[in-house]
This record gives sequence, C-alpha cells and structure tokens, in this order.
Amino acid sequence: MKITRKEVEHVARLARLELTEEEKELFTGQLDGILAYVDKLNELNTDGIVPTSHAVPMENAFRDDLVLPSIGIENALANAPDRSENFFRVPKVIE
Amino acid sequence: MKYQVVIGLEVHVQLLTNTKIFCGCSTRFGSEPNSQTCPVCLGLPGALPVLNKKVVEFAIRAGLATNCSITPRSTFARKNYFYPDLPKGYQISQFDLPICVGGRLDIEVDGETKPIGITRIHMEEDAGKLVHLDTMEAGEKSYVDLNRACTPLLEVVSEPDMRSADEAVAYLKKLHQIVTYLGICDGNMEEGSFRCDANVSLMPVGSDTFGTRAELKNINSFRFVKQAIEYEIERQADILDEGGKVVQETRLFDPASGATRSMRGKEEAHDYRYFPDPDLVPIVVDAEWIEAVRKALPELPDAKRTRYQDELGLPEYDAEVLAASRDIADYFDACVALYPQAKPVSNWVMGELLRALKEDNREIADCPVTPGLLTEMLKLVENGTISGKIAKTVFDEMYKTGKDPAKIVEEKGLVQVSDSGAIEKIIDEILAADPDKVADYRGGKEKLFGFFVGQIMKASKGKANPALVNEILLAKLKG
Repeated sequence: MKITRKEVEHVARLARLELTEEEKELFTGQLDGILAYVDKLNELNTDGIVPTSHAVPMENAFRDDLVLPSIGIENALANAPDRSENFFRVPKVIE
Repeated sequence: MKYQVVIGLEVHVQLLTNTKIFCGCSTRFGSEPNSQTCPVCLGLPGALPVLNKKVVEFAIRAGLATNCSITPRSTFARKNYFYPDLPKGYQISQFDLPICVGGRLDIEVDGETKPIGITRIHMEEDAGKLVHLDTMEAGEKSYVDLNRACTPLLEVVSEPDMRSADEAVAYLKKLHQIVTYLGICDGNMEEGSFRCDANVSLMPVGSDTFGTRAELKNINSFRFVKQAIEYEIERQADILDEGGKVVQETRLFDPASGATRSMRGKEEAHDYRYFPDPDLVPIVVDAEWIEAVRKALPELPDAKRTRYQDELGLPEYDAEVLAASRDIADYFDACVALYPQAKPVSNWVMGELLRALKEDNREIADCPVTPGLLTEMLKLVENGTISGKIAKTVFDEMYKTGKDPAKIVEEKGLVQVSDSGAIEKIIDEILAADPDKVADYRGGKEKLFGFFVGQIMKASKGKANPALVNEILLAKLKG
C-alpha cells in the first residue's frame, strides 16, 4: 500500500473536504493506484540530476514596478457571497 | 535552577515598492478597503502572477548588507493553508531555495560586539487584513480588506544566537537601521512595515541542548520585544522549576498586560505542503546583477560611524547619534560637504536642530533650516560676524522663516560688536553703576566676574563679542 486511509483522512481535512466512509474507501484505493503508477519513476537513476521545479526552460520573467489601475471596489466585491460596506464579510475568525 | 534563554527572530520587512509583488496594484497604506485589488491579488481563477523586479533587487540589497550569499537560482513555492485573509488558499513564498542565505549581523551589547547569524532571507507576499470593528454588527462576523494582500515582504530569519532580551532588541534595531538605510522599508512598526516574531526557549545553564520553544507574535515595538521575551523567560522558568514541560506553541503578546497567551485553535501541527509554484519561473541572479546592486548600496551605519570617528574625528557619542538614521546622516554629510568642520556641525545638528525638530514633531527631511542655511550661519560665527549666543537667535529665526542667516543678522541688527572702544564704554558704565560690587570683587569675591559679564551682555543686547568683553573687563577690574 502506498497510502493509508489515515493519510487520506488527513489530506481531506487539510483540504477542508468532508468525505463519507464509502468515499474514503474509494479514494484510498484510487490514490494508491495512482501513487503506485507514478512510483515507476523511482526506478530511474537520478543521481546528479537537479530536481526539476518547472517543466518549461524559462527564467526571470519580471515586470517593472509601475502602478496599473485596480479593478475597483465594486468589481472586487462582485462575486463575494457576503459583504458589508466595502469589506468582504466572513464568519467570525478568532485568534 | 538557573536557565539560559535562547532566542531566534523572524522579521517581516515590508518593501517600499510602488506596486505589489505579483501585480500592478498600488501598495499605498490607508486607502479605502479593497480599492487596491485585481484578479491576481484577489486570487481569482486563471489570474497569473508576474514578479516585480524591484522586489528581487531589494532582496539582493538586504542580502548584501547582511553579509548573505545570493542564491544563483532561486524559486517560489506555495505554502498551503486556509485563512480568510488569504484568498488563494496558499501564500506564495520561498522554501528550499530562498534568495539569500548564510548572513551575519554584528550587534553591540554592553560594549561587546557579537555576531548574530542570519539563516536566510526570502521573498513572499503578505496576506490581507482582517478587521473587527466595534461600529459594525458585533459578534459573528469578520471583515476582510485585501489591499494588503500580495504586498511584498522579506522574511529575515536569524539563527538562535541571541542569549538575552537586550541582544534581541539590539539585533532588531540593527536590522531596522539597515533596511531603512537601504531605502527598502519605511520601518514604520505601528503600520506593520517591520514586524517581529520571536522564538524563545530555555535550557539549563551549561547545557547545549535547546529546550522546547514558544513562538511569540504581535510584538510590534522594540519595547514590546523586550517585555514579551522577559515575560516568556519567567513563564517558562516557572514551568520548568515545577517539573513541567514547555509546550511548543504560538503565543500572542498582549501589550496591555505585558503577558503572552496561548493562541487557541492552532494546536494542529502545521502541514503546509510546500511545492514549487508552477506559475512563477525561477529567478537567476548572475554576478553582474549582484555587482550592480552592490555598487549602488549606500554607506551603511557601521561604516558611517567608523568614518565619523576616524576621518572626521568625532567622539563616539556624536558618531552614534548622527549615524542612527539615514536622514540625519545625510543631512550631516551635506553640511560637512559645505563647511568641513565636523564638530561644530555635529554640535548644532545634535543640539538645536534635533531639539527643534523634536519639539515640532517634524522630520529632518522637512527641516526649514537646510544644510546650506545652517552652514552659512556657522560661517558667520567663524568670521566673528555673530557670537555663538546670537547664533541661537539666528537659528530660531531661520527655523521659523527659512530666511538666509546674513539677512536675519542684518534685519535684526545682530552683528557682533567687536569694537573695543564701544565695549569699553559699556563696561565703564556698568562698573560705574555698581561701585560696591566692584569693591567686593577687588576684595576677593571673584565670583562677581560672571555677574558683570551678564550685565554687560544684557546692556549690549547680547551683541558684545564675549572674548573681548572678558579681556577688557578683566583688565579694568584689575584696575
């Protein structure tokens, strides 16, 4: 087994996903299959090869520090499920 | 038991760019909520971040000024967690390949110099701001302003090298001084431009195994840093003395009570699942770029202090005060360039000038007395046109009006009287008016000399040349 049910539960929790017992069972099997498939890559000898962070051979894509117009408060809040004045409104977060 | 405290600091430095790190929205402070936002910083699907080149340049500046190596090829990573102030559900930060590594800052505490290691400096985006306003409906809601989201930050992580709250404060002040000198941060701690978290742990004296640490947050002034660390040392010592164990946790400092308290709801161990951000390509910094940034670095506070003492011959105290902030040092340097006599310039800058600015709550950059005016006045003192005492009057007038000192002297008739005949006449009048005191003086009450000088200066409206007054008065009293 590449992945346990416990790990699936942990990852689901981190992603704020609520899974039924059946789903946990199903996804553990499916994820295990995917990981076993990808694990084939481990058969390759990668000694001395720098880890690849990006698939495209490109670097230093920059922009200059110039202000561009923002989209405006109304547009920013247009898709908000809830708002108050010019704020997004969310369930209370306590720290 | 006796304990040794071990402190490491993580400092967030907000960069003085015009725009955010990955989009063209303005970073201006205090604007209407959510007015400085766009699809990138709102985290809308499909929006792509593009790195602000200035952020990289500022990071290299910070790295060079703190003796770091600049990573030839560094990358951005996603730090995944959910919080309402983080619209994408991840923060773009750096993980395994930060832009700067392995630096050092030297601090001075109690006359001793101590090196503090800098583990790394990395670039990242800030989160938005959660607002809880009393005026809004109480209780069940939080309000989100994303103007700050995507504002560029440097996180400067120190080694756990500090062994007292004073060392931590000295390190923080040094770092603050450097980033403001570099012009990459406004250093405003109240507005959150320079924020500090402290990792604090205790170990028995003589041990070299670190204890469990607590991370202190919300310590946004040098004073709070000291208070929070000192409180935490006592708290942890009490736990250990009772045979208990310090829990690894995040604790919030409460300035009102001076105490730290556990932040609830953060018990679950962090699992950020960092991975390279596929939207941002690697940053390659070559030697040429590093050299260009190095060449443009300003003279840093340590170098300035040394130069003021060794080349300008100033006392250590003067050098310390003048180099403390870049604005003051720039002002002083401009004065010395116009009038190369460091000590008189230093006396005036540290004395009248800083006092006037402080009373006025004004920055030196807005000072009505420019280096040009101040040095013109010093030249008038040097060539004997006005006395040092009158110079104070001239200074106050310049500060009020921004007028040329020569003009003030002329308009107010402040030219020093160095005509010995005129001074002699005043002295004769004063002595004639008080024959008893003259007799007392001659009978041995030499303290009266000061009294006569005072009377003479008063009679001359402060304009008599003090050296001449002393000379002539002494001769006359000796009779």
